[in-house]
Amino acid sequence: MKTTKAGPRIVVDWTACDGRGLCAELLPELVSRDEWGFPLIPEPSVPASLRDHAERAIAACPRLALRLAST
Amino acid sequence: MTILFDEDVQTDAEVAAHGALMGPSPASQRELRAHLVAHGAVPAMDANAVLRLAVDSGLTGHGGAGFPLYRKLEAVIAARGWAIVVANGAEGEPASAKDRWLLARRPHLVLDGLQLVARATNATDAYLYANHRLDVAVLTDLLAERRHAGLDPVSVTVVAAPDAFISGEETAVVSHISGSAALPRFKSPRVTERGVRGRPTLVSNVETLALLALIARRGAAWFRSAGTPDAPGTMLLTVGGAVRAPGIVETGHGTPLADVLALAGGASTHLEAVLLGGYHGTWLTADEVTFAKLSRSDLAPLGASPGAGVVVAMGAGTCGLVEMSRVMSYLAEESAGQCGPCLNGLPRIANELKSVAFGGAGGRRAVDEMLRLGGIVVGRGACHHPDGSMRFLRSGLRVFAAEVELHLAGRCSRTSSDVVLPTAVTR
Repeated sequence: MKTTKAGPRIVVDWTACDGRGLCAELLPELVSRDEWGFPLIPEPSVPASLRDHAERAIAACPRLALRLAST
Repeated sequence: MTILFDEDVQTDAEVAAHGALMGPSPASQRELRAHLVAHGAVPAMDANAVLRLAVDSGLTGHGGAGFPLYRKLEAVIAARGWAIVVANGAEGEPASAKDRWLLARRPHLVLDGLQLVARATNATDAYLYANHRLDVAVLTDLLAERRHAGLDPVSVTVVAAPDAFISGEETAVVSHISGSAALPRFKSPRVTERGVRGRPTLVSNVETLALLALIARRGAAWFRSAGTPDAPGTMLLTVGGAVRAPGIVETGHGTPLADVLALAGGASTHLEAVLLGGYHGTWLTADEVTFAKLSRSDLAPLGASPGAGVVVAMGAGTCGLVEMSRVMSYLAEESAGQCGPCLNGLPRIANELKSVAFGGAGGRRAVDEMLRLGGIVVGRGACHHPDGSMRFLRSGLRVFAAEVELHLAGRCSRTSSDVVLPTAVTR
């Protein structure tokens, strides 16, 4: 595990995610999509500068599949 | 479905010196009287004493992950609400039979252990989650007899696990007992906080509980007299494939893998490779088998772990790619289908492997492609099914590298039609 400053991590509830892709549109700095449309988040730590964008992406997910985890 | 309870698991293999669970003879202790003659009653002890035994013995889980029992107990004790305890005997792994063996031959040790963890957590409800091939009526009768004899202050309900590879995954267990399908769910909150019907839940493998029942009688120091200091005690192993006496054996943690094969009668043909830990496990070369020891720390440098104790020997005449291909197709079918990367990725990976295993038409591109897709599925599911499946595949491609080249050249070393890795429990 990479140890960037322990900011919150963005995590996916894979059982809920349907690959709609809003997260990748709203938070392209952290989220891209795999060939089936599901989110790819290589570095899940959310820097302070992106915190608002991350929260907006989480709120916009129609499947409520994104969360911020504290550790 | 009514299924033979006893006769379906071979148990003729010799029992190791520290055969805590199998000793003194592999004969059945399903009769309560036979159990009490062999082991006596569980000494009276309070919740703290049970927890202390779990700490002092160093007992870890025997379902695959090897997590210390005392930490699960502490998490459940610390959580708010009345606890529930579950003995997990789902054993969805087709190559494993040790949990069925235990529930057939040593059910009272498992149930004694279940009462001990119920006491430690002050639980109000207990469940026995049993492999689909076991007879629920037999287990229910046995529980009624125990209840009548005053052995079970917390009543136990038997729940049949569905016939599925992932039915024993902790969150799937909790979902099924709560009345839903046996499917994994998002891991937060943990089942120790919110498990069965939202209550704090301890899910523990049946072998772990049976060992706790023995520790309660004989003490933590007795348990630590087997195994190694950092991996104390014994474990049950299901040894299959190219060995002369396939079946269940019991051995101390840290035992050389070669000794385990010897306990199962030794290799029946020239040994090519061993699969350790089941279909989410790791392949080892015949050379690695000569020095590998069965403990988590000894196996870590080989990328392996004892897992839930599956050991399958592959002999000359079988083809590792053909065996792996059948298993990968099975694992793809066993995806719960909830998580996109697993649902979409595993069938593609299985097909690429099939194209190499049968005819080699996929060529080197297919090998590269299955590894690339593997990189996409790993770590992206609610459970570890994609991760475990890729551990199996990647280690196999390493161990069977020469066979891969043979297939790319349009050949195959297979001369026997034997199936080494079962993808459904036979009989």
